[in-house]
Amino acid sequence: MKPRSTLPAGSAGKSSIKTGAEIIVETLIEQGVDTMFGYPGGVVLPLFDKLYDAPINFIIPRHEQGGCHMADAYSRASGKVGVVVTTSGPGACNLTTGLATASMDSVALVALTGQVRTELIGNDAFQEADTTGITRPVTKYNCIVKDVKDLARTIREAFHIASTARPGPVLIDIPVDVSVTRCASDGTEKMELPGYKVRTKGNSRQISMAAKAINQSQRPVLYVGGGVISANASEQMRSLAEKAHLPVTTTLLGLGSYDQNRAESLDMLGMHGSAYANYAVQECDLLIAVGARFDDRITGPVKSFAPHAKVIHIDIDPASISKNVRVDIPVVGDAKIILEALTKEVEFRERKEWFARIAQWKEKFPFRYDRNSSAIKPQYVIEELCGQTKGEAIITTGVGQNQMWAAQFYRFSRPRQLISSGGLGTMGFGLPAAIGAQVARPDATVVDIDGDHSFNMTMTELSTAVQYELPIKVCILNNGYMGMVRQWQELFYNKRYSKSYVSNPEYAAVAEALGAVGITVDKKADVPKAIKQMLAEKRPCVVDFKVEREENVWPMVPAGKSINEMDGLDILESIA
Amino acid sequence: MKHIISALVENKPGVLAHVAGMFAARAFNIDSLVVGRTEEPDLSRMTIVVIGDDRVVEQVRKQLAKIVPVVKVQDFVGQPVVARDLMLIAISAPAAKRPEVLSLIEMFKGKVVDIGQKFVMAEISGPEAKIEAFINVCRPYGIKSVARTGTIAMPRQPKTEV
Ligand SMILES: Cc1ncc(C[n+]2csc(CCOP(=O)(O)OP(=O)(O)O)c2C)c(N)n1
Ligand SMILES: [Mg+2]
Repeated sequence: MKPRSTLPAGSAGKSSIKTGAEIIVETLIEQGVDTMFGYPGGVVLPLFDKLYDAPINFIIPRHEQGGCHMADAYSRASGKVGVVVTTSGPGACNLTTGLATASMDSVALVALTGQVRTELIGNDAFQEADTTGITRPVTKYNCIVKDVKDLARTIREAFHIASTARPGPVLIDIPVDVSVTRCASDGTEKMELPGYKVRTKGNSRQISMAAKAINQSQRPVLYVGGGVISANASEQMRSLAEKAHLPVTTTLLGLGSYDQNRAESLDMLGMHGSAYANYAVQECDLLIAVGARFDDRITGPVKSFAPHAKVIHIDIDPASISKNVRVDIPVVGDAKIILEALTKEVEFRERKEWFARIAQWKEKFPFRYDRNSSAIKPQYVIEELCGQTKGEAIITTGVGQNQMWAAQFYRFSRPRQLISSGGLGTMGFGLPAAIGAQVARPDATVVDIDGDHSFNMTMTELSTAVQYELPIKVCILNNGYMGMVRQWQELFYNKRYSKSYVSNPEYAAVAEALGAVGITVDKKADVPKAIKQMLAEKRPCVVDFKVEREENVWPMVPAGKSINEMDGLDILESIA
Repeated sequence: MKHIISALVENKPGVLAHVAGMFAARAFNIDSLVVGRTEEPDLSRMTIVVIGDDRVVEQVRKQLAKIVPVVKVQDFVGQPVVARDLMLIAISAPAAKRPEVLSLIEMFKGKVVDIGQKFVMAEISGPEAKIEAFINVCRPYGIKSVARTGTIAMPRQPKTEV
């Protein structure tokens, strides 16, 4: 994702007098923007006036948070930079959850916010907020542009920073007077980023050390995170795994980078990961982390994480190395380039015993649920969806049990197929994310596997999907609870279900009222038919599955326990 | 352990907020932070004293380097450096005690920069330990107020063999 240096024909080098708003639109187009998300307001009116006839597909959400999630998912689905624009004050404040979500998951995003007139800043003017102050901790970088002469350069810098190294959201705050001020611009103002360096290549000595460690390892595990997907390095990762013969486990955000249908796939690891992934990590003698950051939901207590393993860590962000877990062989750079070099130096090893051991765990502890139950099991809905979409849909999720079941029971095989809020765990992400993904991939089947309470948070965006005729599908796994909260209360708070449910509306009726299709399913036998109808719909479609209310996600690593100390394995075994 | 970290930063508005915000957000403790211009008009130098174990300070260094307008970061630990603090201190010095106070200032190679009826203001510079020591010897006389800069530092030049 390099910023485009080529300029639209005719504008390069030709200096002419333009307003700030004109410069913004021209620079966005120069950066390859053809789609953006946003909501107007007083101080961005000059910009919106220029957008009136700009060749940019513009999506107006119902709430700026939704718009930011849409831009985020647009980026995750396409690999391009997502763009969102809002007004000052309330508009900018509504972005914060979306920015934090994108920041935690390293998503390339550019946010433009309007600001009150430069001379009013600091006076508590109408709709003034300290936007750069509020968003600084949830962006990769932000700044305010007070001089129209800096505008084009700053926007170029924003795209470059957002999309290179470890990607992330960049916000530019633009006072309204800057948007209307005229200045000469020839479209060639160069970036000035003396403090921003991108290391790509990876130290060749470190790479050789890593290769040697892999060749010597009896019990390796490749642990893959979202970084492999954002680096477009899934192909290279698969080649490495194949050539060296490595079992592969991924984080939530890494799902899709490796085909889960392969025998070498250990599926997801961590708190609700597979028993076989967690056991393998705890027994491995070499852990090869690529584009992953050893999040606490993955490691449990770091002291007892992968206790026998030498650790290789390949990452573009030097600050990720040895942040949580001590790394033996760090390699900093672009995963694609490093994996390519590494693959050249590794050799095939059979590792018969290791793979046999893994196969045993896989046999004994697969993800399971009670298929014979007469209730609609949420896992069944996902399995059926996976079957009917041939495992090829783009899946977005809410947060909670629905998200974990989606990760456990849908089988992902392509990068950018799962779009989920991992780091921040933002309820309400699923629906706007589905919209953003559908905008990026108009021909793909996009399904939001959502929780009822997650859906409640942003369901107003259904109206956006209707307006733009986006045929997204929503499967609400409606358990009538904040299921994940309820699960914890069941397990750790003596079943005191304190404030963990609200009264839900009839989702099908809400969907219909908003112009979408609504279906309610309360019988197990109706599930396949409903999914079939949903997939055939040309309009946005919401299916309300009244699922088993007190189903739990297993296995589960309780807080403070090592990842091989999972609860629920006995339950999984008893179902078999 | 105490580390003196020197960061060359772009001389732009907002840089201090980015740096201070990062320290707060990541729960790193700043012992002192000094910002000043350099020989280059576009660059400022921040000298930050951090106390922490090697792992923490390593993270501080990397997280600082990640901030976009931060151009270069050095941790001076283990290197010969010249490190200096500057202090202005107003010490109670009535006529009877004044000679004693003045001689203390002289002993510490300080400068008297203001004399009032009851107080003497001194300017003291040097390593932090010297500043602390001076404060301690002044305590019995009564200290009215202290203003300190925090540490600035520069690595010593390599010495040529004689
Ligand atoms: C915005 C937000 N608020 C609160 C939480 C804490 N939280 C995590 S899961 C969860 C319950 C989710 O309920 P639901 O969407 O119905 O999903 P379920 O677990 O029932 O599948 C809550 C409240 C969160 N992750 N995000
Ligand atoms: Mg629920």
